[in-house]
Amino acid sequence: MADLFLHQLVLPVAYILAIVVPLIVAVAMFVYWERKVIGWMHVRLGPTKIGPWGTLQAFADVFKLLFKEVILPAKANRFLYYLGPLIAVVPALAVWAVVPFDSRMVVSNANAGVLYLLAVNSIGVYGIIIAGWASNSRYALLGAMRSAAQVISYELATGFCLICVLILAGSLNITEIVNAQAGSKGFFEWFWLPLLPVFVIFFIAGVAETNRLPFDMAEGESEIVAGFHVEYSGSPFALFFLAEYANMILISFLSAIFFLGGWLSPVQGWVHLDAPGWINWLWTGGFVWILIKAFLMSFLFLWFRATFPRYRYDQIMRLGWKIFIPIAIAWLFVSGCMRYFDWVSVGVGA
Amino acid sequence: MQEIRNYTMNFGPQHPAAHGVLRLVLEMDGETVVRADPHIGLLHRGTEKLAESKPFNQSIGYMDRLDYVSMMCNEHAYVRAIETLLGIEAPERAQYIRTMFDEITRILNHLMWLGSNALDLGAMGVFLYTFREREELMDVYEAVSGARMHATYYRPGGVYRDLPDHMSKYRESPWHKGEDLKRFNSWREGSMLDYLDAFTADFPHKVDEYEELLTGNRIWKQRTVGIGVISPEVAQQWSMSGVMLRGSGIEWDLRKKQPYAKYAEMDFDIPVGTHGDCYDRYLVRVAEMRQSNRIIRQCVKWLRENPGPVIVRNFKVAPPPRMEMKEDMEAMIYHFKLFSEGYCVPAGETYAAIEAPKGEFGCYLISDGANKPFRLHCRAPGFAHLSSMDTVVRGHMLADVVAMIGTYDLVFGEVDR
Repeated sequence: MADLFLHQLVLPVAYILAIVVPLIVAVAMFVYWERKVIGWMHVRLGPTKIGPWGTLQAFADVFKLLFKEVILPAKANRFLYYLGPLIAVVPALAVWAVVPFDSRMVVSNANAGVLYLLAVNSIGVYGIIIAGWASNSRYALLGAMRSAAQVISYELATGFCLICVLILAGSLNITEIVNAQAGSKGFFEWFWLPLLPVFVIFFIAGVAETNRLPFDMAEGESEIVAGFHVEYSGSPFALFFLAEYANMILISFLSAIFFLGGWLSPVQGWVHLDAPGWINWLWTGGFVWILIKAFLMSFLFLWFRATFPRYRYDQIMRLGWKIFIPIAIAWLFVSGCMRYFDWVSVGVGA
Repeated sequence: MQEIRNYTMNFGPQHPAAHGVLRLVLEMDGETVVRADPHIGLLHRGTEKLAESKPFNQSIGYMDRLDYVSMMCNEHAYVRAIETLLGIEAPERAQYIRTMFDEITRILNHLMWLGSNALDLGAMGVFLYTFREREELMDVYEAVSGARMHATYYRPGGVYRDLPDHMSKYRESPWHKGEDLKRFNSWREGSMLDYLDAFTADFPHKVDEYEELLTGNRIWKQRTVGIGVISPEVAQQWSMSGVMLRGSGIEWDLRKKQPYAKYAEMDFDIPVGTHGDCYDRYLVRVAEMRQSNRIIRQCVKWLRENPGPVIVRNFKVAPPPRMEMKEDMEAMIYHFKLFSEGYCVPAGETYAAIEAPKGEFGCYLISDGANKPFRLHCRAPGFAHLSSMDTVVRGHMLADVVAMIGTYDLVFGEVDR
């Protein structure tokens, strides 16, 4: 009985907390980092007041949001209005169950990990649509409409990109996919090289799916004010915020996992040294590498935001359907050929 | 079958892209605009009526507040109208100062426009870069008049006072210290003209920076090329002026066609667009900033070499120097009369127009011989432009409306007056 209690309740909750708490802290620090980086790019300072160098700014914002009044618009649908942010945030956190941080560091090493990832991740957009519709505001409705169209078309592109990865790796298990990128030629073993166009498309589609600049027309600050969450305040708004940033971090991690060798070291197979364990990860791989890679990828999000203008709604559709999906499909055949004719040798795992 | 109706959307007056208080009632078919109905008047302050109740000079300050992004240009139109009726002319040095400040104002306005238009289209960076340079020019305004925006610097018969021989410097603070402070103050060691020399030498590189972010940017081009096309005929029918007209390929610029102040002596070009879309208007404005920079350099050169009076020595219109007032009874009386009653302007009417950054800004002034205008009418370019909104944005998408409002370069201070 005690054993059952431990395995069915205590450990799962502990696992969940072990993922969600660092994730939420990471979101907070990422918001701070975003404001700092964009500040520097914009010849200003960013937050400086709260905590040393402003590091606690994000926490101050979170508490401010939590203590604010939650306003329900007069003609909003109460149930759906509150359901929207929940539907947005739950999948954004649940996806992390299959994300591996190291060869053994994963909550659920599911065999169909990639399928779970795609399935859960695509639920999030319902939160946006429901929120936009339930707020009973025209700006919000426009934002929801835009978001729905955008996410559907870009999810197709993402799906095709992932199929290319699956063909090369030969597995739906995410840990296996990373292991398939192991080898003796350092970072040339990773999938970014044979799948370069797909890698670019995957990341850009990821930016689009998270509704970030230059694809942020679901929020479209200067067109539809704040889009789907224009009527939200306080903690429901904080949930949307959390979901968006958790998704950004997720896309960064996924790019690192699928195309940049996850926790593998960029000098794998080149450096062989007998060194104490605490420094060994530098060439044998370890979770620090995936953190570094994800951090670099997430920096791109901020860079885009600081520099690019925003696309128009129909232009995003055109980019998705007429450019990204055809290229991804074409590369599907190319990667099939790579696999069939053994143009690329896929790691030791395969 | 159920009837499908278009829906209306209230765009503004509280909207991030409404540029102040534009209220635009849009009839939408999905994302496409079927009809746009601009509502104005939310910033109406009755400037023209107010001007009828006070001496001529006291309304100069109101002119700043019409188009509050191109302050001195508005003053220029107003003081020119008064000067025409009075039959006086400002000394040459004052004319050069006016020319220079008109062009400084043009750069200020175009920087503001470029930044906010880029921000409307999502490019946040450009906004902050343009405001960095705006800050430097604002300091010139401050140095010469004491106010950073509403300068009230022009007077009938000249300008309020001569250019200062020093610039205010940054003081040490937790944010500006050491090398930083030195860099900030490096332009400010000499006179205002030295400062402007340093600024104009540096400014073209700054414009290059903005262009690097926007001109070749594919997204920027997709958002602006072919959007809001205004043909030359339409532009003339709606009595557009300024960049809206030049962007459509009509080379009309009051500075060249009806030169005032010292524009006839200046060497500059009029940039003209070809297609009349948002992108062309963007290019024209950027090119105009470079031309303004050239004009400022020429003015600085002349002003350096030619000291002299900056306001007419006609004590009925302009106050006597303070030193004379201390000893001379006559001067004292003039001063008192001028600042209480003002001066009487001979009966008549006139229209004086200048090429403001946004287009032709004109003042139609009727005097009945009293010390107050009988009637003042300001011809604001933004008003004429805004009325064409419906014709131009019909059939565009919502996001294009934002781009269009941006290139119209509207400021509601002058539209509503």
